[in-house]
Amino acid sequence: MSTALKTISLQHNRITLALHQLREGTGRPLLLLHGLGESAENIASLPISWAGPVWALDFTGHGQSTVPRGGGYSCEVLMADVDVALRHLGEATILGRGLGGYIALLIAGARPTLVRGAVIIDGTGLVGGAVHATSSSEIPVAGSRVGTTPDPWALIELSRDARPPSYAVTFTHLAVTSSGLDDPIAVTCKVTPQWVEAIRAEAGVMTDITMQEALDIYAAI
Amino acid sequence: MTTDTRTYPGARQPDRFRRVTADGVGIAVYEWGRETDPVVFLAHGGSDFARTFDVFGPIMADAGWRVVTWDHRGHGDSDYAAMYSWDSDIRDALSVMSSTTDAPAPVIAHSKGGALMMQLIEASPYRASRMVNIDGMPSKRRMPDVPDHDQTRLMATEIGSWLDYRHDAATAIRKPGTLVDLAARRARMNPRLSIEWLEYLVTVGARHDEDGWRWKLDPSMRFGGFGPWRPEWSALRMASLPIPFLGLLGTVDEPMGWGARARDVLPWIPQGGHLEVLEDIGHFIHIEAPERVGALVLDFLS
Repeated sequence: MSTALKTISLQHNRITLALHQLREGTGRPLLLLHGLGESAENIASLPISWAGPVWALDFTGHGQSTVPRGGGYSCEVLMADVDVALRHLGEATILGRGLGGYIALLIAGARPTLVRGAVIIDGTGLVGGAVHATSSSEIPVAGSRVGTTPDPWALIELSRDARPPSYAVTFTHLAVTSSGLDDPIAVTCKVTPQWVEAIRAEAGVMTDITMQEALDIYAAI
Repeated sequence: MTTDTRTYPGARQPDRFRRVTADGVGIAVYEWGRETDPVVFLAHGGSDFARTFDVFGPIMADAGWRVVTWDHRGHGDSDYAAMYSWDSDIRDALSVMSSTTDAPAPVIAHSKGGALMMQLIEASPYRASRMVNIDGMPSKRRMPDVPDHDQTRLMATEIGSWLDYRHDAATAIRKPGTLVDLAARRARMNPRLSIEWLEYLVTVGARHDEDGWRWKLDPSMRFGGFGPWRPEWSALRMASLPIPFLGLLGTVDEPMGWGARARDVLPWIPQGGHLEVLEDIGHFIHIEAPERVGALVLDFLS
């Protein structure tokens, strides 16, 4: 990745993940999570102010991370990608774009003492699939791009994954009850699918706030 | 080095073995019966493998069917994958079916295999002509005695444990043991199945390394107790199945069972379908009572 100061490889099961350091700094790291079909390269140019080091992760099947055979993607596996990055970084604030925003919410609930604020912004894959199981007219075929990033199976599977609002609310509750933060989640996106609408109504979720305002609040923790 | 062997009454190794590549993942396929006979597909459950049909498969083959079954990815002799999901299992199944016939064929599926195949049939109804679901029907029963706030705490623990496991999954290896050890371990999950059967299963479902036997199931797999999936989704799919349907349900709960009761399942049986409840039988109905299940299934398919 051309704009990275350095890139380190992390092992997540049979996947090698690329974690890029974009900026140096003092204090808590900020971890950027890209949207569906993007890579760390795309989110690196985001105009943000952050005093600490800034890192960006390529999810499985994206950017410089491994493209696995045969798909099998889930948002939970991507959450585990982030957990591997957090084991390297320690406590971090997370900013996620699109799909990365949903993953930021999940990891904030799963690792509430490591994630010091999760900011959700607009981007690809924010909406995901339906809120419940749907009828599918045909089982998909990935086509000739298999083996390259972004992995076609990632695009197919992660754009169709069901996202019941109650599931997102559960992770919000986990973050709120165990993080020790008043407002561990910040929703700054303009697009509000049902899962976003559901968490916006919960205590501990900041709304009507800009991305930078949210980052400033989390930086002060 | 000698390898222990076991036999089991009625158990017969498959007549044919082949591999299918499903989106780059090698899938082991097994067949009993003449290649010219009509096809029936058997789908195994989670943490199982195709050779658990070593008694039931031959019963179907001897009745005039070409029985085709396969190891799910990460199970048995199929390849390990980097990721496992419901959808990828369904695509693998479709690859096996397509490699066998493009004509609709009956599907008999156990446990998780039953839920997988209901989703496949709902998405591609032209693939199946009839379905037998062996205790793979949805249940909404889940920890009914645990209050909501404790459910959330249990979920947090489960998620943390699952994430921790993923850090070391790449180097995980299954614990070796003697044939008898492995059978005893499996007995904890299959308490109603005989030790003779479980020891036989070791010889066809485990591999013999220098330091002992190991189950072939991918050691990186660890089934989480969380996720967005809701049992009612499977119920909706079952209700909409467009083909003749037979559901088989035991009445005895087991560690690997779904805890479904007839009252949970009956409202969702598809139009014209039938639920058969077998008293005093656990989750592995076709293993506990292969002849009885065989008779029910053959009657249904006829």
